[in-house]
Amino acid sequence: MEIKNAMAGTLESGDILIQVEPGEGLQVDLQSSVSAQFGRQIKAVITETLKGLGVENASIKATDKGALDCTIRARVTAAVVRATGKDVWKD
Amino acid sequence: MMFVPGNNPGMMADAHIYGPDSIMLDLEDSVTMAEKDAARLLVHNALKSIDFGDTEMVVRINPLSTPYGKKDVEAVVKAGVDVIRMPKTETADEVRELEAEIIKVETELGCVGRTRIMAAIESALGIVNAFEIASASDRMMGIALGAEDYSANLKTQRTPGGAELLLARETIVVAARAAGIACFDTVYSNLDDMETFRKEVELIKTLGFDGKSIINPRQIEVVNEVFAPSQKDIDKALRIIAAIKEAQAKGSGVIAVNGKMVDRPVVIRAERTVALAIASGILDKEEAL
Repeated sequence: MEIKNAMAGTLESGDILIQVEPGEGLQVDLQSSVSAQFGRQIKAVITETLKGLGVENASIKATDKGALDCTIRARVTAAVVRATGKDVWKD
Repeated sequence: MMFVPGNNPGMMADAHIYGPDSIMLDLEDSVTMAEKDAARLLVHNALKSIDFGDTEMVVRINPLSTPYGKKDVEAVVKAGVDVIRMPKTETADEVRELEAEIIKVETELGCVGRTRIMAAIESALGIVNAFEIASASDRMMGIALGAEDYSANLKTQRTPGGAELLLARETIVVAARAAGIACFDTVYSNLDDMETFRKEVELIKTLGFDGKSIINPRQIEVVNEVFAPSQKDIDKALRIIAAIKEAQAKGSGVIAVNGKMVDRPVVIRAERTVALAIASGILDKEEAL
């Protein structure tokens, strides 16, 4: 799956900004004020969503502002849809 | 019914805490063209994951005539939305077109009949066709006035007294009642003028509306205060219902309460008062039985 640079989300409270770039394997760079407590969980949701969308090679920069899991999934999906140019989203 | 922008996850997650009767997540006017795709995914995931409790969940989709409308329908029906609000409805055919789109997705999911429809009427043509719109489908649960677009279409502007909206409001109430569905008034967007807001809520309650659209949690209390019946009205309604039950048990059709004849319309009003009192949390459901 060809990946271009793309982003989705905002830096508002309760949201997360996801930036996708081409990469080798899945790399997630997370910035979050709650990373000590929830960093592992946030990264797991991002990785799981990427795999569910069939993305195996991408570099992700995530800037979290206290997003819920459903928001993380939505923003990762939107960024991947934009990065691939394919309107695919999964249940 | 509280409007919440569909691309603001913070507001979406918190909205139900304030206790509105229903929440309308908006994919239309509050979302820019560039963010339509992301908002659709956000609303889809929020509906599937967030526990909104008993709050009725409505999503305002983009018109089916835009590139976004059909994708919106697919995303929100798959997420199990209660009601789809169709904006700028002008004809009954538009309602039937939306229904066909809903059926396509529901058939795929195996849940035909789950999603209901609310039509927002926002133009002179929509008002002229109000009854046809209200009765276009068994899925229709309500019609609502969208006053900003309607005023612009009339070539006038909104005023605090709302004279420009009178015909539209009365037409919507009459059409909804004739079709046996609910009707909702438009938003009032000046949050600094709660006095005019209260007057508007009092007016639309008198006209017969079932509820008011709001844009901020601060407006909930005023709507509930205006719509909640007084204790005197509730006591009277309970006496009427008790008396009619007793009369029915004895086989009598017409009764008198406090020296006044009670017939069918009086009983219907009493039942609505009790229903409103229960909905407002003033009266316990068991107490009313």
